[in-house]
Amino acid sequence: MKYTEDDLEKELETQEYKYGFYTDIESETFAKGLNEEVVIAISKKKNEPQWMTDWRLEAFRVWKKMEEPEWANVRYEKPKFQDIAYYSAPKEKPKLNSLDEVDPELLDTFKRLGISLDEQKKLANVAVDIVMDSVSVATTFKKTLGEKGIIFMPISEAIQEHPALVKKYLGTVVPTTDNFYAALNSAVFSDGSFCYIPKGVRCPMELSTYFRINEGGTGQFERTLVVADKGSFVSYLEGCTAPSRDENQLHAAVVELIAMDDAEIKYSTVQNWYPGNKEGKGGVYNFVTKRGICENNAKISWTQVETGSAVTWKYPSCILKGNNSVGEFYSIAVTNNHQQADTGTKMIHLGKNTKSTIISKGISAGHSQNSYRGLVQINSRAENARNFSQCDSLLMGNACGAHTFPYIEVKNKSAQIEHEATTSKIGEEQLFYCNQRGIDTEKAIALIVNGFSKEVLNKLPMEFAVEAQKLLEISLEGSVG
Amino acid sequence: MELKEKIVSSYVAFENKVDMNSDIHEIRSKALQNFEDLGFPTKKLEAWKYTSLNAVLKEDYSLFPEKENTIELADVKKYFIDDIDAYKLVFIDGKYSSFLSETTHDTFDVCLMSSALAKPKYKAVIENYFNKIAKQDNLTSLNTAFANEGAYIYIPKNVEVEKPIQILNFTTGSEAAILLQPRNLIVVEQNAHVQIIERHQSLTSHPALTNAVTEIFAAKDATVDLYKIQNDATNASLVDNTYIEQKSNSVVSVHTFSFGGNITRNNLNFYQRGEHIDSILKGITIIEGKQHVDHHTLVHHIEPNCESHQDYKGIYDERATAVFNGKVVVDKEAQKTNAYQQNNNILISDKATINAKPQLEIFADDVKCSHGCTIGQLDDAALFYMQQRGIPKKEGKALLMYAFANTVLESVKIPEVKQRITKLIAEKLGVDIGFDL
Repeated sequence: MKYTEDDLEKELETQEYKYGFYTDIESETFAKGLNEEVVIAISKKKNEPQWMTDWRLEAFRVWKKMEEPEWANVRYEKPKFQDIAYYSAPKEKPKLNSLDEVDPELLDTFKRLGISLDEQKKLANVAVDIVMDSVSVATTFKKTLGEKGIIFMPISEAIQEHPALVKKYLGTVVPTTDNFYAALNSAVFSDGSFCYIPKGVRCPMELSTYFRINEGGTGQFERTLVVADKGSFVSYLEGCTAPSRDENQLHAAVVELIAMDDAEIKYSTVQNWYPGNKEGKGGVYNFVTKRGICENNAKISWTQVETGSAVTWKYPSCILKGNNSVGEFYSIAVTNNHQQADTGTKMIHLGKNTKSTIISKGISAGHSQNSYRGLVQINSRAENARNFSQCDSLLMGNACGAHTFPYIEVKNKSAQIEHEATTSKIGEEQLFYCNQRGIDTEKAIALIVNGFSKEVLNKLPMEFAVEAQKLLEISLEGSVG
Repeated sequence: MELKEKIVSSYVAFENKVDMNSDIHEIRSKALQNFEDLGFPTKKLEAWKYTSLNAVLKEDYSLFPEKENTIELADVKKYFIDDIDAYKLVFIDGKYSSFLSETTHDTFDVCLMSSALAKPKYKAVIENYFNKIAKQDNLTSLNTAFANEGAYIYIPKNVEVEKPIQILNFTTGSEAAILLQPRNLIVVEQNAHVQIIERHQSLTSHPALTNAVTEIFAAKDATVDLYKIQNDATNASLVDNTYIEQKSNSVVSVHTFSFGGNITRNNLNFYQRGEHIDSILKGITIIEGKQHVDHHTLVHHIEPNCESHQDYKGIYDERATAVFNGKVVVDKEAQKTNAYQQNNNILISDKATINAKPQLEIFADDVKCSHGCTIGQLDDAALFYMQQRGIPKKEGKALLMYAFANTVLESVKIPEVKQRITKLIAEKLGVDIGFDL
């Protein structure tokens, strides 16, 4: 069924943040605070081998010495790291073999999230791993994937079942010492997804992770590791929501992608954490480190639609290590009310004939601040590197801001770099044209925003594109001035 | 840091020598305190991420050369734009050279900062304008603390200065190493018009560091054209801080030609306080060897209906490194702003580096702001085309590079300056052609 403008209007009237419910599921939460004992306890809880515990402890020790970064163009009250519970898990979770065994209340939660597992299994052909409060609660389609040799499971299980693989790749792209939040994540991550695509295998379906923060006073720290072996292909989706709360919740995730020779990884995110209320109270702090490494002829493509979070701090990056490797970044970041986003990408060109494309669309409304921050680095041995960057910002109203901080560092003469950025508002002529033809202003804006974002929306897998489009429209509700 | 201590401890002696006006004394002392707190910039500061002064600051600079030095006009004639009649302000090792200069007090003032600071006649202007828009950052504060000599230019209402003003700073090498801190103040009143050419030139192989600060005020309907020619010896470093405040309907253009020097850092700041202002920032950079040129521009759009145009071209050979950091800030009230920025770069050698950061910070919605930045090579097809028609490769390349930089040259209003720059470009590219084909 087609989603029409009338549907949108109805939706706009009725809802603010539709994922703002809280599910009363009994959960097991650690006492607040962080020290070595907590790190060890998390590790123990997960039944982890000694090397993993040591890895976490080392990260924790590094983290203790680090300072919170302040260079981002965002203002917020620093999270109190001793006031956060670092582990929260839906309680009593026996190993489940089929969906029928899942706690009905949990299933109900997923229905309200709009991801009916059943339906999606059949219709969308999407294998879903759901992470609630950092703990993986359901993985579908495991069997089908297993036949192809694809490993797709919660990372905690992967540590048990495939320790060699995890040990080999974990922390190779984002080392524990990388930055403040990556170090914190390394020390305390409780779960996440692990995915391995064997040589030459084309993953037959979209893999998907759904993240949800449920408990209050907790932080979510999940870790995703995707390894695409030589010549393989995988498309990976990630979605996230959180209940509406007055407090600020911390989300500090790490995503590592490894694309070996000739492999391709497509990673799409629709981020819809609770953005706080209209006055800017509450909302999720989204401090995420995402990075991928490309070997020869490999390709990594990041697509993101960022509509949620009170503060976003996120730079999905590509290290183009191999010759002829390709990195892509497509992003739409929408900020409304008092949201702040500082997001962008890094393209590090090391190999010869490497290519990267950056398309970033920022839309700011209300009292929000939206920044693009990107780095394009061409190293001296990266012959014939090519980059194209385009950053467009759309401003709605007079209380918001749009900023661009592109860094371009070139050390090779054969590089070809193009960067362009524009900032504008929705043209009065465009609106007038629509009005003339009987389209009212609100709908006209939705239409124009949609057109503005099309380049990026097109890159999303079908099911996500529809959802993302809806999200865009809802996020901009009431911003017409 | 040694140099910092040396500077701070020499302040008392300096003040004793020059202090005649308590107002300025207070500004200086405050600036010194500021510099003492901040110190020299390091790479840890975002604004100095790509430019390190460490090597330059290691020299044992003499701060106040005692000797009066003279130079023969014949020796330095080539550094003047000598084929036009012009007012001249010439400083040798930071001291005014009356012999080489040509000043005036006839209807307008082209004279010395030291006398403007000292004489009551200029008090009102100094009170109104001196150190009013200069930033309180480390190097500007350092300059302010020791501000004493430089150019003082005051153009009253409705005066069109008929000939350009040349400001030249020479270093003779009578000291082993010298730190110069010229301080210029240029006030252009309503509907007045002035053209200024500025140059720093070292005549020696001894190291020199210049930390210059220029404040320019353009009142309503005023027009100011400033040309900066930077083609210095390879041991001379320059930090050039220029602050420009514009009022309604004024037009200020600054052309910066960076062809040489050790480390050249240009901090060019525009503040638009009025409507229908036009600010023009253009630059050509052609460097080689181990030279380093860093352009930091800021255009702050504060009020509505203003424009700014930036166009910087760069050609880098051998181990040269370059930085372009162009920042445009559009305030909430500055609706209908039209800000345009372009930065194009060509790397000739594999060892050359360019770091570009075109930056927009926009708080108003009804604006047109765009920036474009490219890094690329000369068009091989075009070069081949010329070679086919009998133009040697070297000349062909030079022609292409000249064409690349020509958008900047086009807006130079003084023909003699344009000719001089064209000649310098030909020299830089090692060809003997006039380009005016």
